[in-house]
Amino acid sequence: MKRIFALLLAMLLLAPGAAAAEYDPDVTINVYSWGEYIANGTDGSMDINAEFTRRTGIKVNYTTFDSNESLYSKLVGGGADYDVIVPSDYMVSRLIDEGMLLPLDYENIPNYQYIDEQFRSPGYDPEEKYSVPYTWGVVGVFYNTRYIDEVTSWESLWNDEYAGKILMFDNPRDSFAIAQFLLGQDVNTTDPEEWRAAADLLKAQKPLVQAYVMDQIFDKMESGEAWIAPYYAGDAAILVDNSEDIDFAVPKEGTNFFVDAMCVPKTASHKREAEEYINFLCEPEISGANMDYVGYSTPETAAREYLDPEVAESPLHYPDAETIARTQIFVNLPGETSKQVDQLWAEVKMGGPGESAVLVAIILGFLGVYIAIIVYKRRKRKRELA
Amino acid sequence: MSRTVGRLYTFLIFLFLYAPILVLIVFSFNDTETASRTVFSGFSLKWYEKLFEDRLILEALRNTLIIAVAAAAASTVLGTMAAIGINSLKRLPKRVMMNITNFPMVNPEIVTGVSMMLLFVFAVGVFGGRSLGMGSIIAAHITFCLPYVILQVLPKLRQMDPALYEAAQDLGCPPVKAFFKVVLPEIMPGIVTGMIMAFTLSIDDFVISYFTSGTTQTLPIYIYSMTRKRVSPEINALSTVMFAAVMVLLIIVNVRSSNSGERAGKGGGQG
Repeated sequence: MKRIFALLLAMLLLAPGAAAAEYDPDVTINVYSWGEYIANGTDGSMDINAEFTRRTGIKVNYTTFDSNESLYSKLVGGGADYDVIVPSDYMVSRLIDEGMLLPLDYENIPNYQYIDEQFRSPGYDPEEKYSVPYTWGVVGVFYNTRYIDEVTSWESLWNDEYAGKILMFDNPRDSFAIAQFLLGQDVNTTDPEEWRAAADLLKAQKPLVQAYVMDQIFDKMESGEAWIAPYYAGDAAILVDNSEDIDFAVPKEGTNFFVDAMCVPKTASHKREAEEYINFLCEPEISGANMDYVGYSTPETAAREYLDPEVAESPLHYPDAETIARTQIFVNLPGETSKQVDQLWAEVKMGGPGESAVLVAIILGFLGVYIAIIVYKRRKRKRELA
Repeated sequence: MSRTVGRLYTFLIFLFLYAPILVLIVFSFNDTETASRTVFSGFSLKWYEKLFEDRLILEALRNTLIIAVAAAAASTVLGTMAAIGINSLKRLPKRVMMNITNFPMVNPEIVTGVSMMLLFVFAVGVFGGRSLGMGSIIAAHITFCLPYVILQVLPKLRQMDPALYEAAQDLGCPPVKAFFKVVLPEIMPGIVTGMIMAFTLSIDDFVISYFTSGTTQTLPIYIYSMTRKRVSPEINALSTVMFAAVMVLLIIVNVRSSNSGERAGKGGGQG
């Protein structure tokens, strides 16, 4: 009897605490993030999602996408109620513009205080209402020191001595940005002339480029098939770590500084629990353990002490203030401009306009063959009958 | 001379068919830090170890298997029933029905995927659900597996002598029992082939799953999402395991069927 009384008392004492926490520990939240973008317990890392469930009881259904555009189409298509998504900077601003995100309740995310000053009021979310940075990084140039002495400028990607050994990004934003830095433009410009100038520069580069690739750069650089390639520092750090010949540089003209941020889409059914998850990922210890595995940079200085000291000191992961001062961040481009960019990118990759003419020619060719076959068969039949 | 040419040709065909799988298997044992796909630097089982620690891959695999088993089972039952129905139709309606069932096969996957997504999203809206998921993806897989099952079962039905079924009933067998005792064993090979086809089609489908999966992740979708970084050799290890499992399964099935065939051939067996 006494014991039951004590238990009741204890429950009474606990009750206010539970009320303050407010979240429902019995739900499952749907998280949609990049592939291989969280520590998952392999290689002695921390299993972040399991740890979150252990602490809060909230289960995590963690699913992954390959590009911002996939994420966008999935959100727009409907039929998926994600609670936490991790788009990149320009996609965050696009989702904000289109009213597809819920404003966050930062009181539920006390760990937001650890986010460094440098990431506050970012260009893609100037009012700091919808997003919490997850990772960040810069784009730089990876090169093989056996063939290339030093890289200081994006011009190296236009050097004909390296013809056939150059790789480029296979997406318009990142590729155009490189040309834009060389031309000294703003990467978010809306001037059609400037975009055209950048496209011309990329067209001039095309004969030298071995391939427009994304993840194949790992194999191509490692095997020496390609000598020089721009890529995201965090992803490609493994190349530098594992190969004596491969080095990394941030060109002097400046570079793209990117942030992947956590947001809650409008269709979310568990916003409160989603905020709990975001808060958990912002905990310095968790962020440190997570980034130690992922290889990207944490936006929290406080988290760096949980990292491998070599990584925390590395300019590849944490470039100095002077480098960062030269960077620019992508924001969403207005519809007109992004249409133009897509068109120009198609021109760059396919070698000029007139694709529709080619298409029509191909279709006409097929049609001709088809008609020829029919005519031939008719004649044959007639001859046989005769 | 022509014989050596013939052999060489056969060899080349098999080389092209199996070289990719061979490379995949070899690199699943690659001992490398960088997960290289071009340099082999020693034998190790580390990717297999990692694979069984990786909860995300295993979860995706589990989803894929649940979907494949459910879709294969349901489409086999539905497909067999449909085949029996179609087989008993008159000539013109039969042709019409066959064209209708064949249509999803020739329809581009992306069109099927998008249209199903639109339908499901609409249905979710009407019935007040939250999201697409396991249910919608299984429904989609059943739909695109059905024609393959029908196509496998129908020829077997056509080969069968309809008099057998009638004879069983003449001898006092109730229709349902006659179906299970007489018709089903006759068309079983077609049903099994259809089921295996449905199962494999479901496992490797990407396009339709991508559009209808909602918040459920299958293995092909997971692997595709790795392409920003690089596809981890854990996937090589997983594919090797799956390849080996299918291989063993096929060998067992073949050995069993050839054994029973021998017994039947000797005249004493039940088949």
